[in-house]
Amino acid sequence: MSWTRKVLRVNLTTGNCTTEPLNMDWAKNYLGQRGLATKYLVEETDPNVDPLSPENIFIMATGPLTGTMASTAGRYSVITKSPLTGAIACSNSGGFIGNEFKNAGLDMIIFEGKAASPVYLYIENDTVEIKPADDLWGKSAWEADAMIHAKHQDPNLKIAVVGRPAEEGCLYAAVINDLHRAAGRSGVGTVMASKNLKAVAVRGTKGVKGLEKPAEFMSAVNDGKKVLADNAVTGQGLPTYGTQVLMNVINSVGGLPAHNMRDVGFAGAENISGEAMHEPRASDGKANLTTNGACFGCTIACGRISTIDKTHFSVKDKPEYHGASGGLEYEAAWSLGADTGVDDIDALTYIQFVCNEDGIDPISLGCTIAAAMELFEKGKIDIEETGGIDLRFGSAEALVAATEAVIAGTPFGKILGMGSKRMCEKYDDPDLSMSVKGQEFPAYDPRGIQGIGLAYATSNRGACHLRGYTIASEILGIPVKTEQADSDGKPELVKAFQDATALVDSAGLCIFTTFAWGMEDIAPQIDAACEGDWSVDKCLEAGERIWNMERQYNNAAGFTADDDTLPKRLLKEAIKSGPTKGQVSKLGEMLPIYYEVRGWTPQGVPTPDTLSRLGLS
Amino acid sequence: MQKSLHLDPAKCTGCLQCEMACSYEKLGEFNPSRSVIKVFTFHEEGRFAPYTCTQCDEAWCLRACPVDAITMDLASGAKIVIDDKCVGCKVCTISCPFGTINYVQETGKVAKCDLCGGDPECAKACPTDAITYIDANATGYDRMKAFAEKSLPSANTSA
Repeated sequence: MSWTRKVLRVNLTTGNCTTEPLNMDWAKNYLGQRGLATKYLVEETDPNVDPLSPENIFIMATGPLTGTMASTAGRYSVITKSPLTGAIACSNSGGFIGNEFKNAGLDMIIFEGKAASPVYLYIENDTVEIKPADDLWGKSAWEADAMIHAKHQDPNLKIAVVGRPAEEGCLYAAVINDLHRAAGRSGVGTVMASKNLKAVAVRGTKGVKGLEKPAEFMSAVNDGKKVLADNAVTGQGLPTYGTQVLMNVINSVGGLPAHNMRDVGFAGAENISGEAMHEPRASDGKANLTTNGACFGCTIACGRISTIDKTHFSVKDKPEYHGASGGLEYEAAWSLGADTGVDDIDALTYIQFVCNEDGIDPISLGCTIAAAMELFEKGKIDIEETGGIDLRFGSAEALVAATEAVIAGTPFGKILGMGSKRMCEKYDDPDLSMSVKGQEFPAYDPRGIQGIGLAYATSNRGACHLRGYTIASEILGIPVKTEQADSDGKPELVKAFQDATALVDSAGLCIFTTFAWGMEDIAPQIDAACEGDWSVDKCLEAGERIWNMERQYNNAAGFTADDDTLPKRLLKEAIKSGPTKGQVSKLGEMLPIYYEVRGWTPQGVPTPDTLSRLGLS
Repeated sequence: MQKSLHLDPAKCTGCLQCEMACSYEKLGEFNPSRSVIKVFTFHEEGRFAPYTCTQCDEAWCLRACPVDAITMDLASGAKIVIDDKCVGCKVCTISCPFGTINYVQETGKVAKCDLCGGDPECAKACPTDAITYIDANATGYDRMKAFAEKSLPSANTSA
């Protein structure tokens, strides 16, 4: 089994907490976490529900491998309808809380309704209590985390919590767990706060057990750990440089967008790279990077634990930021750095700390500030509008001030909190929003790297690198090298990555394993842990089923093929310089083939044959 | 040759593979809360440190136990708790200066590291060699070697 087979249902309107058996028929088709929780969402809610209304549900879900010894198997996801995109939202997080849910005997928690006043949920094994959180409301995620730990006098309590921007309606608020891990994207934290749910605190000591074939499982797990250790990316690159190993690589191949994606290539990339994080700084001789840290059960340990230069303007009078905490990951370093033109690594690290402290998605934050900088440059926003911030590209001071405005909820901070799409519409320049379905881009240019553009355009949660990371193939040659400038073969590549990712996200594993693991490494671990047949083919079919289910949800929510697109800038404005000079995205060539490869109509709707093949209706 | 667990916090990433391996070996389940090796996180310092019983030769726990429930495994040198004898009085938990023997409310007895009969699972599971099981007489040799290396004549210094 490995599922606990138990779901906790919390109705925040009535205050009722009940447990029910996991629907095993669904589990055998959708595995867990992303897939299974989305199945519950699809079955239980209207796709046209207002994401911030009590009628939307909010699910925290583990996978069947979560809490086992499989490497990286500590993941959990938050599944809901996104207020940023209006599409399905599924945000995945590491840290330690996923294992704690599992050890408390829960596969998932479904939150319904809305509490009359702020509350938090406390779980200690079979004890479940909704507790008042009036004193926690208005506090940062870090403050609330400390207060809950103090209340329960339990240092082992694991806590997922939202910060102040979520309470204030910032549309890209994250759910923070274990201080510096985040279910980061699509505004899942905003949904949590809309239910007056400040935090979930959990302590589990029951043990994760009931492996279907224990000896085979341990053998497959040990094989998997060896593959990760022996692989250059997961064994060396990620532990040493984190995801920031990519900054200089992507810049050198003409794939690093800059200045709200107006340019490709950033002169300051080296200054904010993984390599730079190792360099001793002038003031105290210490490097930005203190150490690498692992999430639960992870033998890769890509996490960055960093400090900020105590003499830096952002923290010089703020000793609370002088200790170590979760540092820069590549996507955040790009959005906050290259996209805004800022190459000040201490400013970026400070903002990363603040994003963790108060629960904001740094990708959407950085991209939205970058769009605001372009609006400022064009004169559509003036310094009065920004509340005195001289919002120029390249200004670290402006970047820090804009971030602090979002946290403080100033009038301009609230505008930034709408995300780039709504903000650019407000200032009558919608084409400046670098987003798909309202969600901002990650750190790879769709003109310089063709496949990722198709992956962005067709991602079920809006622009995202984690729904089909074709960079692995197009840049790193994993599992096979494809040419980044080619559009041929990319629809097939995107589909393969999307389906495999959907399955990995449903298992309790981290997608970063797939730099080294193929489905032939993953399926045996799932198959040995879970009842049922989880062969490679069955895993890939389940991944495809999950992808199509998400697509159907979005279609029912009003999305059409017209939404599978990219900003005009990426389709029409050629790259001005560097190794990818002259390129635009060839999305128009790839998309019809993608629909065909998917077994969808030219309008992007799964055909009856496709649905029937996958057991969907 | 007697061996010891050698713990090197500088190599630890805080992944808890050791805690899972420990609980799986003893209980057949993944349950970090029941592991007798513990990894502590010092968030502000950005450090992780594994810790468990050092298997004292003159073991306080063994001497304090009023019912002789703690004995030495002659093969490994580990001090082990005999569950059938332990009455859960907790005197050993008070006597241990390191806090590495603890009461378990689920069983009503105490639990401590027994070196898995001389083949500790935590060391095998550790992905970074932060936990190794090595010659008990040589646990300082890595550090000794590092200092010895510093004393080497520089390669580009002419004699």
